[in-house]
Amino acid sequence: MQLELLITKFQQKDQKAFEELYNMYGDSMQGVIYNIVRDNDIAEEVMQDVFIKAWNNSASYSAEKGRFFTWILNIARNAAIDKTRSKAFKNSKKNLDAEYFVDILQTSESLDDKTDAIGIKKFVKKLAKKCIEVIELLYFKGYTQQEASEALDMPIGTVKTRNRNCIKELRTIVLE
Amino acid sequence: MDINAYIESGILELYVAGALSETENKEVYELMLKHPEILQEVLEIEAAVIKLTAATSRGTKSRILTLIKEKLLFNKNVKETKVVSIAKPKYNWLTYTGWAAAILLGVGMFWMLNQNNELKSDLQTAEIEQSYLETQIADAKTDLESNKKLLSILRDKDIIAVPLGGQGDFANTYAKVYWDKKSNEIYLDAQGLPAPPPGKVYQVWSLKLSPLTPVSLGTIDDFMQDDNKIFEIQNLNESEAFGITLEPAGGSETPTMEQLYTLGVVAAAP
Repeated sequence: MQLELLITKFQQKDQKAFEELYNMYGDSMQGVIYNIVRDNDIAEEVMQDVFIKAWNNSASYSAEKGRFFTWILNIARNAAIDKTRSKAFKNSKKNLDAEYFVDILQTSESLDDKTDAIGIKKFVKKLAKKCIEVIELLYFKGYTQQEASEALDMPIGTVKTRNRNCIKELRTIVLE
Repeated sequence: MDINAYIESGILELYVAGALSETENKEVYELMLKHPEILQEVLEIEAAVIKLTAATSRGTKSRILTLIKEKLLFNKNVKETKVVSIAKPKYNWLTYTGWAAAILLGVGMFWMLNQNNELKSDLQTAEIEQSYLETQIADAKTDLESNKKLLSILRDKDIIAVPLGGQGDFANTYAKVYWDKKSNEIYLDAQGLPAPPPGKVYQVWSLKLSPLTPVSLGTIDDFMQDDNKIFEIQNLNESEAFGITLEPAGGSETPTMEQLYTLGVVAAAP
């Protein structure tokens, strides 16, 4: 598989492979990081840290442990959350608890330039709050199923099926 | 195993989210390898999630990549990055060379300083040696002059040579007197006399034989200090013989005959 080859090369410190992977996942990571820190400069700073860390620790990834996307997503979420816990960040920032990724989608002007952006906007408009919540926690915030179950106050099985249905809906919009 | 039920359980969505345990992750991975449908499902979930999360990005991915590549010191064929990648090693090369040069210079200067000090002390030694040699040369010149003078005296035809033979207990001693009658001086060669014991001096006597009348010509006080043991002594007497006795320091009025070392009679004038 091509992705596997790319990852192997990346682990052998192939700079071209690194760039390709960056181009595949860069926007996604920036989205996740920005959603957590809600500041352009800080998000860019974290973004650099994340990919430098990925480059330096590429050997620690193995396909058995999960998807490459998931691996780098974990690095990004952890780095961003660490940043929000720093003293400087706490002093300068408002309470972010009530915000969801959908706020960004609705206010973002640059969205119109992007492929799928219109579809995603439509999706978001149609999305029920229950979907927004579960997607926010599981993908944007990195909750485990147990944590999500507690946060949403519902059984793990319900979290799983609800999430399944929400992602299914998303897929029909963006992957047709 | 019911693949469809497994897919519908929603575990694959959690797998992509990273919400599963390590054991569950491994389990999904193995099932993906066995069942292409599961792999396909995972790929689609992943693609959808990537699109959704990417939609919240700020669209500055390319600019950030440049910063990352700078920080990771990537070498690229692209001109922009080439400048960076070449400038870095150049800077390092310059830094290292600079430090190396500085250290070399320091070591070199220290070495030169040492050399300089060594040369200074060498020069000082040489100067001392030179002045020492100059003294020696001056001494040698003085010696040469006195030797020349002696030689000219010995060769003078008017000089009367009087050998003084060892007497009694002192038979193995000897001396010689060269008498210059014109200048009324004698030159006593006392090479054949032993060093006088402490508190004693040699005293030189001019003698008339009949009757035996000794006249003191003086004591040789600087016997030990004189190297060639030739002593210049004034003699106004019509001497018929010369003798040398050992006397207490300061000399005696009359010779102590028991301590008569050498004696010699002046040969009758031709």
